[in-house]
Amino acid sequence: MMSSEFFGNWFLPGIWITVQVTLLSAALAFVIAFPIGVLRTNRLWIVRFLAGAYFEIFRSTSSLVFMFWIAFTVPPVFNISFQPMFAGVLALGITYGAYASEIVRGALAAVPPAQREAGIALNFTPAQRLRRIELPQAWPEMIPPFNNLLIELLKGTSLVSLIAVADMTFAGDLLRLVKNESAPIYTLLLALYFVFAFVLTRGMRLLERHAKKRIGQAPEKTGLFSGMRAKSSIDAVTGTGGAK
Amino acid sequence: MSADSSTSQEIPNPAVDGSELIRFDKVVKRYGSNTVLDELDFSVASGKHVTLIGPSGSGKTTILRLLMTLVKPDEGTIKVGDNYLTHEERNGKLVPAGEKHVREVRKNIGMVFQQFNLFPNMKVLRNITEAPVTVLGLSKDEAEQRARELLDLVGLGDRCDAYPSQLSGGQQQRVAIARALAMRPQVLLLDEVTSALDPELVAGVLDVLRDIAHTTDITMLCVTHEMSFARDISDQVLMFDSGRVIESGTPEKIFTEPEHERTREFLSAVL
Repeated sequence: MMSSEFFGNWFLPGIWITVQVTLLSAALAFVIAFPIGVLRTNRLWIVRFLAGAYFEIFRSTSSLVFMFWIAFTVPPVFNISFQPMFAGVLALGITYGAYASEIVRGALAAVPPAQREAGIALNFTPAQRLRRIELPQAWPEMIPPFNNLLIELLKGTSLVSLIAVADMTFAGDLLRLVKNESAPIYTLLLALYFVFAFVLTRGMRLLERHAKKRIGQAPEKTGLFSGMRAKSSIDAVTGTGGAK
Repeated sequence: MSADSSTSQEIPNPAVDGSELIRFDKVVKRYGSNTVLDELDFSVASGKHVTLIGPSGSGKTTILRLLMTLVKPDEGTIKVGDNYLTHEERNGKLVPAGEKHVREVRKNIGMVFQQFNLFPNMKVLRNITEAPVTVLGLSKDEAEQRARELLDLVGLGDRCDAYPSQLSGGQQQRVAIARALAMRPQVLLLDEVTSALDPELVAGVLDVLRDIAHTTDITMLCVTHEMSFARDISDQVLMFDSGRVIESGTPEKIFTEPEHERTREFLSAVL
């Protein structure tokens, strides 16, 4: 189907690029999501407003156009240059960070108010309550919707092929031009995205079991496809997907 | 920030000498158009055990929640010892208190909730040690030693490593009592602490509280429907109706010869 030379030169590095873009954007999104999500519950309206503005702006902009914007308008205006992959990771991380902040906010809001009251009765500061009581209880609730988002992100990384980052979609496109064949190549690409998504899901499922065990909840029974089940009510508020 | 911390120096603990420890002064609390507390005045002397009784909706629990600063009064002031709880004096004027002042006064108060409200993410021992370590700055060893003593006191010395979800309601409530006591409060607020328990578990919790009431000088403010318990531990019983104290006195007086018609009605309904 494809020469081993092409495979070694383009396809394997493309797979590695996809993995890198996925993990780096996910890390960036994760780092953004917690402060933004927490600040959106702040008691000062200006803080809530600014964090909410971040969420609304980046949830509502196309991550593809945003990627083009970073890759093609930022370098000439600021007279700097960077790798296209940097633009891709930045655009995906910032956009998915906005989605993920909603998961953090929702999970924090789902911690029973009685827990906050118990924290006040023991004279914790608001920051201590957040760190010792609210976030540890909210964390296991965040993992299933984070998993959804992570898979969306994985699939979204194919956008970087449009700013000339040689990920596995880019390599597949190249191969299609060389071989003048579409069906086997795109089928292979779909299968690869599925395999990656499946591996991520299993990983997140393990993380969830570990997190639940740590807060004294009995882990649920697990089967081969149990992680595919939508589990949390928070899923509903993070309807991502759609136009990229 | 530094200016703020210099103004709130250590506020000394109120003394335990039978002097006035808690004072409500014309406290009004409304929820929407419903006035729960209507210019309430009342005080509790240090070391006393006071039980609040009355029909539901009469504002008993609201008093505890105001004292714990879980809700704010709409009007009036609350004093704990010599300090205002929800207000502070600045340049001779009374202004709403900042977080720091509230925490300083609040450290004298502990609360046990109807639904226990243990932290499900922590084992029993850590439920008790977390606040002494984080808030009071005790060493982990010291906090754990104190926690084990308290768990022995409530009869759960062997359940340190259980999660709250593995305990019965009665056991959870006893842990919650130990957790509140670990902060060494001057005042313990008990908000219908047996209402959520199965009948056979009530006695164990009440025994623990009786023990604490008889062996410590802690001031107790108790909302309960357990009239025999109220009779047992109280120095004073306050009868509430429509956000006001309509009658108060020793348990003997209130339970055997109540003066007020509403009190008689209420007692005949619950006894």
